[in-house]
Order: sequence, then structure tokens, then C-alpha cells
Amino acid sequence: MSSAHVVHKKGSLMEEMLDQRHLTVQKCYQCGKCSAGCPVSEDMDYPPSVIMRLVQTESKANEDKALRSMTTWLCVTCETCATRCPMEIDIPGVMDFLRERSLQKGITNPGAKNIISFHKSFLDSIKQTGRLFELGLVAEYKLRSLQMGQDVNLVPSMLSRGKLHFIPEVIKGRKNMLSIFKKTLKKGGKK
Amino acid sequence: MKLGYYPGCSLKGTSIEYKESVKAVCKAFDIELVEIPDWNCCGATAAHNLNKELSLSLPARILALAEREGLTDIVVPCAACYNRLSVVQYELNEHKDLRNRVIEIIEMPYKGTSTVLNVVQLIQKYMVDKLQYKLVKPFNYKAACYYGCLLVRPHNVLNFDRVENPQSMDDIIRQIGGTPIDWEYKVECCGAGMSVSRTDLVAKLSGKIIKDADDRGAECFIVACPMCHSNLDMRRPDINKYLDKNVDSPVLYIIQAIGLAVGLSEKELGLQRHFVPVNLPERPKSIETFDPFLATQSKGE
Repeated sequence: MSSAHVVHKKGSLMEEMLDQRHLTVQKCYQCGKCSAGCPVSEDMDYPPSVIMRLVQTESKANEDKALRSMTTWLCVTCETCATRCPMEIDIPGVMDFLRERSLQKGITNPGAKNIISFHKSFLDSIKQTGRLFELGLVAEYKLRSLQMGQDVNLVPSMLSRGKLHFIPEVIKGRKNMLSIFKKTLKKGGKK
Repeated sequence: MKLGYYPGCSLKGTSIEYKESVKAVCKAFDIELVEIPDWNCCGATAAHNLNKELSLSLPARILALAEREGLTDIVVPCAACYNRLSVVQYELNEHKDLRNRVIEIIEMPYKGTSTVLNVVQLIQKYMVDKLQYKLVKPFNYKAACYYGCLLVRPHNVLNFDRVENPQSMDDIIRQIGGTPIDWEYKVECCGAGMSVSRTDLVAKLSGKIIKDADDRGAECFIVACPMCHSNLDMRRPDINKYLDKNVDSPVLYIIQAIGLAVGLSEKELGLQRHFVPVNLPERPKSIETFDPFLATQSKGE
């Protein structure tokens, strides 16, 4: 790896990202192109380039700010930043790492509650049947997020367009799916 | 012609018209789609947002199933699935450690040699040459070709089209007699998977896309992704509220535009399932004077 000469602080997020995910946060020189092109940066608490800097400092307090930020959850993984980064840093990959870690540590931003509820409901649905069951996903999301009334007005028009399906498709390799989930999510700490 | 086919969950559910139109148009071009047996969900945004290993393993299982069936070329109409399958194959080829770990997780042999085709590549590779013989009703409209994120990025992995100003769908639209508009929001994000959890954000991001195209006189949107479609189509009331304006230009999958041009019915293409009604005016264009070959030659850039 070209960045092997960089000495990271033992146990820092930056070191882990490089070792485990081949992510090269140390290469960021704060040009700000990622923040300039990000479609959601104005809604974030820290723009992406600041997240990069927080991680670079390798201080626990700054790492904590990055992990607790709303930025990671608002990131839509549109990959615009990665496309424009002059150092070719996989910034969405950094966001994925931070999201996953903040979940493991149980320090996700409170504002991300609905977003996380949606993702968890999505994964629960495919864990059970192998394929996404949209109606089940929405029902579970409503229970998790308590957004009971949201989008109910869409139901009749979705029905008349044949877009709602009531029976989930279940794959034969269900056991295989459950085992994939068990081997991966188990390490993920709190579910 | 037989090709492997991964429909993905959207095409089986809310984007059923995408499945219908892909199948109908493939049939019209004598292409048989062979569905990967017992395929699973690719994990979409949820998996890579919450767990890296899961996000690698779910697409790897799909690719391994295709390899087992001897399907080398896989058509993946959903841009999100296309993106996940392509990115995972790339990452597992690049990084041996990840690959070994994933093979352990899925407990299946995996080589990583599939050719994953998005819907535009399907059209380019297997349909464009035959268009001039099949064209019966030129798609004579001003169209905003909207590529979004997942079809073109990350460029180093997908290596498909130009990254900031892609042209592939614009070219195809010209070839079926349409006029693609030149606009700014071709590759901006629609808000994607936030449709349910942050509808306000989707209204804003998709609103900017709709507004720019509308300002430049687009009569319709052309897309290649079920999420782009549902955000621009199903979320139109939220978008119009955000824009404080009533924009009623329909959103068509590019394969539906091809279908119309080769004479398939609106019903075969599932156009009646859209939320924004597809009421494009009858506007004949003489086929004798229309030469799809010349159409691509005369493009501006």
C-alpha cells in the first residue's frame, strides 16, 4: 500500500480504517471538494471534509464527534465526493465505517433514529425471506419509528396500480441467508 | 440470444412496470432472460450502511449462484442492484482478504468473473443495431435523461459513460427520434433510500432536479433506476409542494421509451402504473426522413 509509511496512532479509527477497509483518510489535504459537491452537506452538522479532519487528528474527543455526528446518517452514498476527490479517497466508505462503528458502540446520533429504523426493518425483512417484502418493511418501520400515519394516503393508489403485494416471496436458500446474517451481524453488537 | 437476469426486489414489488417493460422489450428483440435461480436481495443501502461484511456477502451469493448456473452475462435493470453487484465484484477482486472472508461466510465457491450489465448496456449491446428496422413510432419528445448516482458512480469501478455529463441515454433517445435536453442535474442525487425515512430531503433533492429540467422545457424524464423513478414519480406531490409549482411531466424508464418507439402498447409497458400520468401528445415524425444513424452523428458535443 502506497501509504504504508504513515504511522498511525495505535487503535485510532484512522488506523483501523486503513487496516480493515483499505481506506486512506490520511491522504486528505482539506481541499473541500467533497463538501462543495455534496447534495446534503447543508443539512449536515459537519460537512464531509470536516469529518475527514476530525478523524485525521486521531484524538478520542474528535473521533467521538465524528461517530456521534448526523453527517454519516444523512450521507446518501451518491459517490459524488469520491468521484471528485483528488486523492481518490473512498469517502462514502469512510461514512459506512463510521456508521457501523457508531452502531456497535451505541452512540448514534438521536436525529438518525428513523433512518436507522428503516435500515434495520429492511434487513430484518430480507433476513426472514431472502427477498425484500415491501409491505412487511413498511409495517415494521412504522412500529419501530412510530410514524404510523405516514404515507397511508398512498395505499389506495398503490393498490390500484398493482404495486402492493401481500405475500412475501421466500427463497429456498433461507438457511444459507440466516447463516450469512448470523456470521456478519452477530459481531455488530446491539441490534 | 440468452442472457442471465437478476430482477432484484423492486422489480418484483413497487416497480413492477419496470419488470414488465424490460421483459416485453427483450421479447420484441428476441432476447431470452434467464433468471438467476433462488436469488436473494442485494442488501441495497441498508446493508452497506449497517454492516460491511453483510453488504459484501449478499451480492456475492447472487454472483456465486449465477456462476453455478453458467450465466456469464447478467442483466441487472435496477441501477442500485447493478451498482452493488459491480462494486462487490470489484472489491472482492481487489482485496484477497475480503474475498476469502466472504467465501467463508456464504459457504459457496466464488470466482468473480461475471459481466454485470445495466439496462443501458443491454440496449447498447443488443438493441441499438436493430432499432432502425424496428422503429415504428419515433419518440418525438424533449426528454431530460436523468442518470442519477448509481449508474455512473463510482467511475473507477463501473467504468460506464462519462461521469459528470454522461451521454449514453441521450444518444439512445436521439436514435429513437427524441430530443435530449442539455441540463445541469443529470447526475445529481434524488435522495434515493431516504424516500420513507426523510421524505422532506427527497422532496428537496428531487425538486431541484425536476425544476431544472422543467425550466429548460423538458416534456418527460428518462430514467434507468427504480428509486429515481419512484422519487420523481410517486413523490411528485411532495416535490410540487416544495417547488410551489405544478410540474406534471411524466417519468419513463428508458426501456419504456424504446418499447413505445418499437410499437409496444402502453399496457405492455406498464405505463398505466405510474403516478404521474403518461399523457404524451401524439406527435408523428415521418420515419422516412428520420435516420437514427444520422441522429447520433449530429449531436452537439
